[in-house]
Amino acid sequence: MEPLNCMKLEISAKSSNEAFARSTVAAFSMLLNPTLEEINDIKTAVSEAVTNCIIHAYEGRDMETINITTRLFEDNIEIIICDTGKGIVDIDKAMQPFYTTASSDERSGMGFTMIKALMSSLHVESAVNKGTTIIMSKIINSEE
Amino acid sequence: MKLLAKHTNDTLTIFLEGELDDSCVDEIREKSEQLINKNKHIQHLIYDFSKLTFMDSTGIGMLLGRYNKLKKLKIPMTIANPNKQVLKVIMITGLSEIINIK
Repeated sequence: MEPLNCMKLEISAKSSNEAFARSTVAAFSMLLNPTLEEINDIKTAVSEAVTNCIIHAYEGRDMETINITTRLFEDNIEIIICDTGKGIVDIDKAMQPFYTTASSDERSGMGFTMIKALMSSLHVESAVNKGTTIIMSKIINSEE
Repeated sequence: MKLLAKHTNDTLTIFLEGELDDSCVDEIREKSEQLINKNKHIQHLIYDFSKLTFMDSTGIGMLLGRYNKLKKLKIPMTIANPNKQVLKVIMITGLSEIINIK
């Protein structure tokens, strides 16, 4: 199915870009007339995915790039976030709540859990040392 | 992200204003630690989220870390006035099972 609309964003892997990324995707999603809760769900999911790229994929190498493609369909939004970072060794393990490979800091290990809870679908593709692509979508029930 | 603190009687209240994500969590963690270390005699710590407009799971990690430290000091912790988005993140991660939410 062809999307109604599409937007692509390329950002440096800086944590200061997290707010910009989530706000931009949320703003674009407005074209589908989402509810406030749906907008917040999208903002949070994008924030989690972008943070994963910065912290885990690139481990702080902040001049690497993160690509975000957002496609709008009649009643759903698809967001594809990809990086060319270190990749995920075990995707199933990574999806488990509280699992984290971060060696320091207080990482909750809840990024993927959050995305799964907030979005209608989540698909992760990854190859070690090649990168990771996250495809998530959310059905949007338009406000009448 | 702004952090303000108020010490009233035996309670330390930390107010967060703005959005809490990976870009500012280290600063908030350090400032919280400094405040807790200076005020170990308190009976209660409250994080007031009235002006916190957004939080993702980065904030959950930080809050859990503070909770664990305060538990060792036998100081209870409360999260007060989270908005709907923040509360949803707290509920999804199960933090509401261990930390008092007001």
